[in-house]
Amino acid sequence: MSLVDAVLALVIAGLTAYVVLAGADFGAGFWELMSGPGPKGAQMRAAIHRSVGPVWEANHVWLIFVLVLLWTAFPVAFGAIMSTLAIPMFLAAMGIILRGSAFAFQPHVGTGRLAGLMSAVFGISSVLTPFVMGAAIGGIASGRVPVGNAAGDPWRSWLNPTSLFVGALAVALCAYLAAVYLAADTARGGDRDLVEAFRRRALAAGAVAGVLAVGGLAVVRSDAEHLWVGLTGAALPMVILSGVAGAATLALVWRRRFGIARIGAAVAVSAIVIGWAVAQRPDLLPGELTIADAAAGRPTLVALLIGTGTGAAVLIPSLVWLFRLALRGELVKSEPGEMP
Amino acid sequence: MFELLPSGVASMALPLGRSVRAIVEQTDLVAARQTQALSFAFHIVLVCFGVAFPALVLVMEGLWLRTGDPVYRVIARRWSRVMLVLFAVGVVSGTILSFEFGLLWPRFTARFGEVFGFAFALEGFAFFLEAIFIAIYVYGWDRLRPRTHFLAGLPVVGAGLAGSLFVLSVNGWMNNPTGFDLVDGKVANVRPLEALFNVQLWHTFVHMTLAAYMVVGFVTAGVYALAWLRSRRDRIHRVALVVPLTIACLVAPVQIVVGDWAGRQVASSQPVKLAAFEGLQRTQTGAPLNLLGWYRDGRIVGGIEIPHLLSLLATHDPNGRVPGLDTAAPEDRPPVNVVRISFQLMVGLGTGLAALSGIYLWVWWRRRRLPRSVWFWRAVVVSGPAAIMALWAGWTTTEVGRQPWIVYRVMRTSEAVTAAEGVPIGLIVLLVTYLALGAVTLWVMRRMSRTPLQIPPDAPPPAAASAESG
Ligand code: HDD
Ligand code: HEM
Ligand code: HEM
Repeated sequence: MSLVDAVLALVIAGLTAYVVLAGADFGAGFWELMSGPGPKGAQMRAAIHRSVGPVWEANHVWLIFVLVLLWTAFPVAFGAIMSTLAIPMFLAAMGIILRGSAFAFQPHVGTGRLAGLMSAVFGISSVLTPFVMGAAIGGIASGRVPVGNAAGDPWRSWLNPTSLFVGALAVALCAYLAAVYLAADTARGGDRDLVEAFRRRALAAGAVAGVLAVGGLAVVRSDAEHLWVGLTGAALPMVILSGVAGAATLALVWRRRFGIARIGAAVAVSAIVIGWAVAQRPDLLPGELTIADAAAGRPTLVALLIGTGTGAAVLIPSLVWLFRLALRGELVKSEPGEMP
Repeated sequence: MFELLPSGVASMALPLGRSVRAIVEQTDLVAARQTQALSFAFHIVLVCFGVAFPALVLVMEGLWLRTGDPVYRVIARRWSRVMLVLFAVGVVSGTILSFEFGLLWPRFTARFGEVFGFAFALEGFAFFLEAIFIAIYVYGWDRLRPRTHFLAGLPVVGAGLAGSLFVLSVNGWMNNPTGFDLVDGKVANVRPLEALFNVQLWHTFVHMTLAAYMVVGFVTAGVYALAWLRSRRDRIHRVALVVPLTIACLVAPVQIVVGDWAGRQVASSQPVKLAAFEGLQRTQTGAPLNLLGWYRDGRIVGGIEIPHLLSLLATHDPNGRVPGLDTAAPEDRPPVNVVRISFQLMVGLGTGLAALSGIYLWVWWRRRRLPRSVWFWRAVVVSGPAAIMALWAGWTTTEVGRQPWIVYRVMRTSEAVTAAEGVPIGLIVLLVTYLALGAVTLWVMRRMSRTPLQIPPDAPPPAAASAESG
């Protein structure tokens, strides 16, 4: 593997982690939006907050990680993407700020009108953000981002068939991941009704995501020829893996094997992200810029690899501890009314 | 807040001989700068709480572990919940900044990302650690053993410092660009470590860290000083007042010394910026210092002139030579009044806060008690906002003083700005969002502070707590 490939692999790994971890946090917002009034809805929202509360900030940092790797290792591509796709990126940034702060405020605003508002802001921005991020990726993948300072079309670069498809798929995948994870988390708590509610949602979202993914391939075929060629060529194993893992996950959820289903869902979604990267190789901006041409100079890449390696040595054990505690349900409030 | 409009208005008032497109571009540049300034101004206040507040919380928890007095634990717990909310707002506002590197300045990032980006990659790890351990710390109060819990807080303090070190390294690099060569205008021979550890970094880091402790110390003390003035003077309020106030008062005098260091560093690496601090037109020996006043037509009008002081401060020699604005072409000079007024505001506030600290420390040293004057406590109430003003003013000094360069003497800000349309719309949307977000944050803080600070009847001593969960 060349130096450039190694750094690109880091970017893709970071993006994958962001999608399977933070994606589920966005999906939780989708389910909050759908939770409805009444005591049942309130229970669901409480479960969502218990699951997402301790981990969402760490999950969010994967995005920062991807952004900084991109602008350090592939600066020209970063400038092109952010300037042409300025509108969806700005919307994504707004979505992130609204969602994060609304979520953080929620435990402290009581139960009145403001609480309802916070919940709605959290839910809506949790749907908006993955949609616009997906749309931006669709614009990149379908070759609509040229090199240069805002050289592409500010609207059609992200409002086009491929973008709309990827945006919708992103929302569906987030909802699917969230429902599977939440079913697993609530299964630990032992509230049967809640587990069943999330189980039904996981099955529904999984089915929708599956149908969308297959149908979307037709869109890709007519709208983004080279991506289609890649997905049915070099990336075919990944596409198949995703399908198989997705189907297996549905079966596991059906049989209430939520622990393993969690892993299956993550694999299915990861395979999509990796499959996209493989399908696009060797281009970073299809038709415009190859990965090799986009890459920063050697010293920067070497520094990045060393820095990331060192950082990972500290980061990984810390992440393991956090998730061990979170998955065991150790990170919870215990004094009533003392939600941290 | 960062009213930089004069230059923008001036250029917009010159439509003759300029195409409409040029005016739009100028508006976009002004809007982009204002957006950047707004986003930073918001983020930096929260950053202070990310850097210094965890330490304050840990001091309280440490006192609890040592003494077993539940007062400390109650305060530490309360503060840790405040910390979590402020951290979340800090995280999202920082994310906006990351996006803005591409949204506002794509050509800056595209050209120099490979030089300064390494620092940001390291910063990413610091943020990871901070986010991980803050969650473990705040959510783990009841489940972790007291010592483990305390130890889980230490990485939060360390990661906050590391995160700010790396970001400041990028800012230092923008002011003192090193670690690369330009070959035919293209970046070559990047030396990432040299770029990371530029000479501008160290004073910025120390000055900023102390500023964070001042902001957090004075703001927190101010909140409890208000309660103090309303005669809530039980032990728990007293502790919550005295500890942050003491920390801030120990730091404030030191900040003046560090500020002097910063000034001398600027004098040696960015002489034009220093000239703008003082409105010094001509290069001269034995340069005077002007307090207050307004810079017009190459001189200060209405100021109070103190002979030789500038030379003394900048070079530590009353007859030292200080370069003036005339060492740079007019188009290479920053807007003097914005820079100069910000600088004087920071120094004035810094001196005032140090004086306040002096009173506090003196009374403590001589009489072993707290000051009794109502005016002292009223001053403590406003010391928090004053520290924040000083912080903003300092950053305005640094950032506007760097103009017209985004990378000092290498790339102009106007060359870096995005060509995408709609920057002013983005600015308005962001302004409205930040106003709402700021208002809700303050409201939530107030609401949290309404729950009375008191010791719950069943508060466990540390020994019992460890037996419970061990
Ligand atoms: C609580 C906040 C605070 C206080 C009381 C002071 N400062 Fe400050 N100052 C800052 C907060 C700050 C800052 C954190 O906002 C800046 C912006 C960039 C930096 O390194 O620190 C700054 C920048 C800054 C710079 C420019 C550095 C550069 O451009 O690289 C100088 C010369 C000083 N300061 C000098 C002083 C002096 C002489 C002070 C004495 C009273 C002082 N500051 C008090
Ligand atoms: C003086 C300047 C700055 C300092 C000292 C600083 C420091 C910090 C610190 C300590 C945090 C942790 C969160 C918190 O405590 O609220 C933070 C958050 C953040 N900052 Fe800044 N920052 C500065 C400017 C910037 C800039 C210029 C950027 C980006 C270009 C940025 C991006 C971020 C991001 C993305 C986060 C969120 C990290 C997370 O997800 O945990 N910051 N900053
Ligand atoms: C957090 C405290 C900071 C504040 C309050 C602040 C404030 C400002 C202000 C007022 C401007 C506009 C200057 C003008 O247009 O005249 C600006 C510009 C800018 N600052 Fe900062 N700044 C801070 C820290 C940083 C850091 C740490 C970085 C880099 C990592 C940075 C990077 C930039 C960039 C890229 C611009 C735009 C280009 C320019 O105007 O030169 N700033 N900032």
